[in-house]
Amino acid sequence: MAEENRVTLHGFWASPYSKRVELALKLKGIPYEYVEEDLRNKSQLLLKYNPVHKKVPVLVHNGKPIAESLVVLEYIDETWKNAPKLLPEDPHTRSQVRFWASFLQQQLFESVLKVLKTEGETQEKALKQVSEKLNLLEEGLKSFYSDGNPCIDIEHVGLHDLVLVSFFGGYKVYEELLGIKLLDPEKTPLIYSRLTALADLPLVKETLPPPEKVVALLR
Amino acid sequence: MGEEVKVFRTWSSPFALRVVWALDLKGIKYETIYEDLSNKSPLLLQYNPIHKKVPVLLHNSKPIAESLVILEYIEDTWKHRPLLPQDPHQRANARFWIKFGEDKVFPAVRDSLLKQGKEQEEAHEAALESFKLLEEELKGKKLFGGEEIGMVDIALGWLANLVSVLEEVLVLKFIDEHKFPLLSAWMRLFADIPVIKQSWPPRDKLVTKYIAIREARLATN
Repeated sequence: MAEENRVTLHGFWASPYSKRVELALKLKGIPYEYVEEDLRNKSQLLLKYNPVHKKVPVLVHNGKPIAESLVVLEYIDETWKNAPKLLPEDPHTRSQVRFWASFLQQQLFESVLKVLKTEGETQEKALKQVSEKLNLLEEGLKSFYSDGNPCIDIEHVGLHDLVLVSFFGGYKVYEELLGIKLLDPEKTPLIYSRLTALADLPLVKETLPPPEKVVALLR
Repeated sequence: MGEEVKVFRTWSSPFALRVVWALDLKGIKYETIYEDLSNKSPLLLQYNPIHKKVPVLLHNSKPIAESLVILEYIEDTWKHRPLLPQDPHQRANARFWIKFGEDKVFPAVRDSLLKQGKEQEEAHEAALESFKLLEEELKGKKLFGGEEIGMVDIALGWLANLVSVLEEVLVLKFIDEHKFPLLSAWMRLFADIPVIKQSWPPRDKLVTKYIAIREARLATN
């Protein structure tokens, strides 16, 4: 690859933040080099490219680094304008996608992590929080998709979809391994149908990490 | 019928001020609705059912919540007087620092207000560390946006208003002129811009407000 247009992603196999960037690159058909970082022994390049946070993912394009997964996703969408468009054209729908991506990131993931890491009463409390947040999300998605739930295919994946599937794609395995219920298709049918459709896309299946390995890492 | 723009805010919310600044900088006319957060209006609850907070922007009857989401909406909708650079990499850099302000600077300053003892010390330290990084980012620039206010300045602008208030309330120094010369100069410059200056909530009311918040929080501990 020529230096110009060269794309490198510094990532970590278990990081949902890293995975969502990988998904975006693959979905848009952008060729890239992948550098797997050992988070206990970060590369000099990573520390140079993300001196503020020293974290993955970092995307390097034309020698210039971009950090923070949601910022990277917006950058990818602005630079490679082919489908899928991660953000729609209409400003109001764009704002809704950003709102839900932010909600998923800030509100929901914290609670899910707690569920995956803890047990007993702490886990129960966290599960309750997850359930409450999912109900809120379901309500919100109902109005967001009030024109009908668009079908999921590789041409139509949004920013919020990438956040959702990178956090939750492995939910079924988490449920099996931990003997818990994370997602109820009857209580949150929209989320359930959207998530399962996303997780079933071959490109997503081959990109997301094996959920049992993620659980093993966390516990 | 012109475009209908409404802003739901409180007299003091620093997040709502971001929206006011963006609209004022772009010269967009809007109606202001002041909320009493102890007695939220049915409209606010309808427009922001998820968080039930201000600010909310209403444009052509459609609501948008979350101040940073609103800023991007304003930028997408009214394309004159841009608040973000054109170049995608510079845009990404701006968004990076906006996120930094939200994830690192704000929580550290907030916790310095709400905590005490060791926890407060740690929060204060974290705030100072975050200011060091902002100081670095300002090298060679007057404003985070360069020659003119940009979205990063707007997102961080609460510092220019609240740091001195909190320094008074907490008797704690945050942004020392000598340690953070660039950041201090930025705060002065930002605060003096007419659109910003006219928007500052009354200082004495702010001091009273934050003293009350701290006392209430410490009393519940």
